[in-house]
Formats: sequence, structure tokens, C-alpha cells
Amino acid sequence: MNHQVVTYLAEGVDWIRFDVDALLGQFWNNTIEGLSQGSIYALVALGYTLVYGVLRLINFAHSEVFVFGVFAAYFTFYGLGFRPGPTVTLGIGELILFLLLALIAAMAVSGATAVVLERVAYRPLRRRNAPSLVFLITAIGASFVMQQVLFIWRGGNAEQAIRLLRPEPVFTVFNTAVTNIQIITVLAALVLLVVADTFINRTRLGRGIRAVAQDPDTATLMGVNKERVIMITFLVGGLLAGAAALFYLMKIPQGASYQGGFLLGIKAFTAAVLGGIGNLRGALLGGLLLGVVENYGQSLFGGDWRDIVAFVLLIVILMFRPTGILGESLGKARV
Amino acid sequence: MSTQETTTGGPSRLQQWRDRWNGMSRFQQWAFLVPLVLLIYALPVLNPPILSTEPGYTFSIAMFEVARYALVAIGLNVVVGQAGLLDLGYIGFFAIGAYVAALFTSPDSELAKLPYLVVLPLAVLVTMVFGVLLGSPTLRLRGDYLAIVTLGFGEIVRLLADLSPLRGNAGFQGVGQPPGTRADGQDVFNTSDGTPWYWLTVTLIIVVLMLVGNLERSRVGRAWVAIREDEDAAEIMGVPTFRFKLWAFAIGAAIGGLSGALYAGQIGFVNNQRFDVVTSVLFLAAVVLGGSGNKVGVLLGATVIAYVPLRFQSLYEYRYLIFGLALIILMIFRPQGLLGARQRLLAYGREAYRRLIGRPEQVSSDSALAAEPVKGAGS
Repeated sequence: MNHQVVTYLAEGVDWIRFDVDALLGQFWNNTIEGLSQGSIYALVALGYTLVYGVLRLINFAHSEVFVFGVFAAYFTFYGLGFRPGPTVTLGIGELILFLLLALIAAMAVSGATAVVLERVAYRPLRRRNAPSLVFLITAIGASFVMQQVLFIWRGGNAEQAIRLLRPEPVFTVFNTAVTNIQIITVLAALVLLVVADTFINRTRLGRGIRAVAQDPDTATLMGVNKERVIMITFLVGGLLAGAAALFYLMKIPQGASYQGGFLLGIKAFTAAVLGGIGNLRGALLGGLLLGVVENYGQSLFGGDWRDIVAFVLLIVILMFRPTGILGESLGKARV
Repeated sequence: MSTQETTTGGPSRLQQWRDRWNGMSRFQQWAFLVPLVLLIYALPVLNPPILSTEPGYTFSIAMFEVARYALVAIGLNVVVGQAGLLDLGYIGFFAIGAYVAALFTSPDSELAKLPYLVVLPLAVLVTMVFGVLLGSPTLRLRGDYLAIVTLGFGEIVRLLADLSPLRGNAGFQGVGQPPGTRADGQDVFNTSDGTPWYWLTVTLIIVVLMLVGNLERSRVGRAWVAIREDEDAAEIMGVPTFRFKLWAFAIGAAIGGLSGALYAGQIGFVNNQRFDVVTSVLFLAAVVLGGSGNKVGVLLGATVIAYVPLRFQSLYEYRYLIFGLALIILMIFRPQGLLGARQRLLAYGREAYRRLIGRPEQVSSDSALAAEPVKGAGS
């Protein structure tokens, strides 16, 4: 490859770089890692998108729904007798069984949390026809409370990691090793996203969700049970966040932490906006794109810039294309 | 948050107090206010036994913390309460103010040293510029998107503080102070005694309150209320909404920067650990708890948020939990806050209606059903 290498912007400036060499050198590595990171974003982003599509509410507390799932997966491992320390070697059958158990636990806890959240915090407001700012402040309060409950229970430090699966290269593309965890994450996320997409677009309940998203009042007149639809929307979002939680736990170097949701939550929301909020396929696209772009940014500008790149991307998108790449609205999806 | 508190069951007790206050002559109002302000100034010296903090925490510093939160709340109230823009990254402006103070006064920084009292207005100016910089691209967005973008901004400021020019965790030591030495040779403004800082901050609060109060009663303030109540309607009526939103944002930012610079001076040390977004939500809680849009309310809210955890140290660890719960419960049962916003415009409109028509307006105009009996009564 022929390229100019620009490493430093100016003499003596070491806090920002413009390292095209690193970007190109690690291009495929970044892309693959970004895709696996991005599928986690996409799963969480679906929760934001669904709720926003139906209620026009940024569900701030969704990040905590996700964190509850992370803790559920962690303590499932713990309950199965695994302890922090070196990765144990398991047979393939056992491994799949344990991971499935953790997946079910995480999805159940996150789903339940989301439904309870909707019941306790948002439903009373809907009864009172509260303005949207009130909803948003409630969501922030709820997020705060859930985070602090975890903090008071487990303290400020992250749990020690429990590993069932060691990242091992399975095959190589473009001279880059692809690890088993990356494959599992991307494949499982794709399967779940296809299931969710089919559910929304092909089933009776999904049609109800789209109807309420398009026009709540008319949908109610047509016999759609709005309250039930809203509950199911929160449930689906929670389930997907729970699945994301397990993959996240397998990926990060430390164990569960009470703060883990905040950054990931904002990034998942960025992903949802990037693809077009309220749009399921947009959430997938946005998630993958964000995962990849922030990895490129990290290579290009240096490690400290990773999160800054994500936030700047959010602001830039909202400035130039607030409806996202694929356009907004769950309701306008094919009938 | 435009819930009307006066519609149910006649005027509340709060409303009666408010009416009584508004009915007083200017002189009577001053007769109440001056002793109150003097009492507020004297608090750290009096150190009243019930109000005083537990051993281990200096009361005067607790009072400065309260004053600092009060100043932040007044600034955030301009943005959230007056103009109705939800700003979750207010800590970003606070941080910028603190860092400006640190960069120009701390010996750890390579920039030219300036006297602290010069840096204070400079910090205000710089944060105002940042307010405009952040506001001009983002204020065209919908309200809920604005909340997320400001959150992102607050986080960007915190992350930028990790970079080496801003010294990350090492931070800046020895941030400057206003000049002056006491008889015993010690500095008047030091990091262990909060009293002079408290007096300085209270003075600035009074000045800011007067300025903001004047703005509220001007065309700008009426535009803000119009935008808060219904942005589209305001736009149609010819209010240049974007410009006035930008004003609110810049003024709010400037007040946040001022508070940040004071904080940096009192603590004497600035690093990246003090500006997390959680604190931003605490600021918001102060405004919403007291009653956004009501200056007395937000002062009350700030006092509760800052003072209660410092007074009862055993609660300190749980303060985020408690105030988070308070936010949820408040939004369900009393979304206008402890003291609701004064709806001067609406009140003025009703008064005008009464004078013109000769009888009070029965119901709010947007309820078609309720309009029926009024017509019946008229014929």
C-alpha cells in the first residue's frame, strides 16, 4: 500500500496524533473488532429504538436495564460454581449449556426489569398525560436509582472477571485472526436481530406495535390494547439488552460493574440515532457503523480519543442528518 | 412542565403567600429582605447549633458548597426553567469555568498568570463562548435530542480533561485566590476557611439574581416563557426562537462557568475526577426539586441538594439514590416542583381577560367540553 505517513500534527504535541499508518495497518483488525463491538451496540440500540418509536421517549434507564442483565449473567456463572481466576477448560456441550443458561438468566432479568420500570415509573405519568420533559426527567431519575442500587449492593469496584471461554483465533482473514468470541457475538446478535425484525414485521403483536407507533389513538380505536403493546415493547427491548449483556460480559476484561451501562447506553443511543431512531434495521446498521468508526478513531487519534469520537459523531449526525441514515419511524415501516 | 397549580380547589396556600408578597409595597418587601440577607451573610459566623455540620466537616465550607450549588441552580434555571431546554451537560460548563481558572492561575500551567479576580470574568466569558459554540449547532434540535447532545458534550469535556495538556488525574495545584491578608498574616481567601468564599459567592448570587431577574421581566424573559410553553406557537407569533434559546444557553453557561471558577479557587485544585455527568443530574435535580422556573424555588432546591447530605453525613453515600427517587416521585405527584413556576404571562392574560370581559375566565381555552356551561350562563 502506498500512503503518506503523517504521525504528528506539530512538534512536541503528543496528546493527539494523526496516525494514518496505524489506521491502515490495523484496518481489518479494527473492522472485525468493531463489528463485534457494534453488534452489542445494535442489540442495546434496538431497545431505545423500539421504545422511542412507540412512546417518543428516550428511555434513559435502558442502560441500567442492560447492566442488570450483566449482573444476572455474572451471578449465573457464579451460581454454577465458577470463580474468578484462570479460564476453566470445558467440553463443548457443557460450555454451550452454561452459556445458554446465562443467556436465559440475563434476558429474563433484563426483560423483567424493563417491564417493572415501565409499570412503576412511566405508566403513572401516562395516566396523567405528562409533558415529554417530565417523562425524560423521570427516566433520568430511574436510571440514577437503579445505578445506585447496584452501587450500594456491590460497591464501586468492578467484580473480578469470570471466564468460561478464552478468546482463541478460529480462522484468519486479511492476515487478521478472528476469535471465537467475536464470531459468537456477531452471529448471535444477527440471529436475534433477524428474530426481532420478523417479530415486529410479521407477527400479530408486531403489527400492534407498529400500529401504536404510527398513531396511538387510532390504534386504540381499532382494538389494539395500547397498554399491552407498550409492555411488550419494553419486554422485547429488555430481552435484547439482556442478550447483549452476556456478550458484553464475555468481551470486557473485568467483570460486571455498576457504571458499565452509562457509556454503553449513550453509545447505543447514538447508534440508534445514527441509523434513524425508530427504525429496526437502522439500529443494526448504526450499531455496526459506530463500533467500527470508534475503532478507526482510536487508531487514528490515539486511545484517549475513542469515546470522544463516538460523541462527536453523535453531535455531527444530529446536526446534519437528525433523521439518521435509513430514516426514522417504526410506524412507517412496511405494513 | 406547564402544569397549572391554581386550577384545582382555589388558590393554594403558596399562592396566598405569593399574592400577599406581591401586594406589599416595595418598602415592605425591603424590610423583609434586608434582615434576611444579613442573616444569610452571618450564617457561617453564627454557626447555629442545629444547622451546624457534624464534627469533621467545616460548617463554613458546607455553606460555600450550598452557595455554589445555588449559583449553579440559578444558571441552570435560566436554561431549563425559563427557556425549557433540558441541559444534561451543565457540568461541562462548570468544568470549563474551573479549568479556565486553573489554567491562568495555577503554577502547574504553562500559560501566563493572571490575577484571580481578572480570571473570574474571563472564565465567564470563555464559558459563554462555549455555550454559543455548543448551542448554535444543537439548539435547532428537538428537546429530547438536545438532552442527549448536551449529555455527550458534558462527557466530552470530562474526557478531554484526561489529555495531557489538561493534566488528567494529576490536575492543577495551587489555583489562585482573590488577594488580601489578614492581621495574622494568613490569606483572607484560603482553602480551609469557607467564610470569605461564601460571602463572595452570596454577593455574586445577589448580583446574578438581579441581572437574571431583570432579563426575565424584559422582552427576552417573555420570549423564553413563550418558547417554554409552546415553541411552535412562539415561532408563529414572530419570536425568533433560535436566537432567544441561544441567549438562554449562553447566559446559563456563563453562570455555570462562574460557579466553576469559584469552586476551583476555593478547593485550590482541579483535576478530571470532579466533573462526572452524575453531578450534572444532581444539578438538574436541584432545579426540578425546587420548582424550575421559580428563582426562590431553585434556591431552595439547591440548598436541599447540597446541604442535606453534608449535614447528615450518614446520608452522604446515599445522596444519589435519595435524589433519584425524589425525582421520580416528584415527577409523578408534583411535576412543577416544590414551588411551581410563576406563570406571569398566563396570570397577566387572565387579568386582561377579566378587565375586558368583566368576568373571570372559567376554564383554560383548550378544553372544548368545559366551554359549554360558560355559554349557557351567558345567554
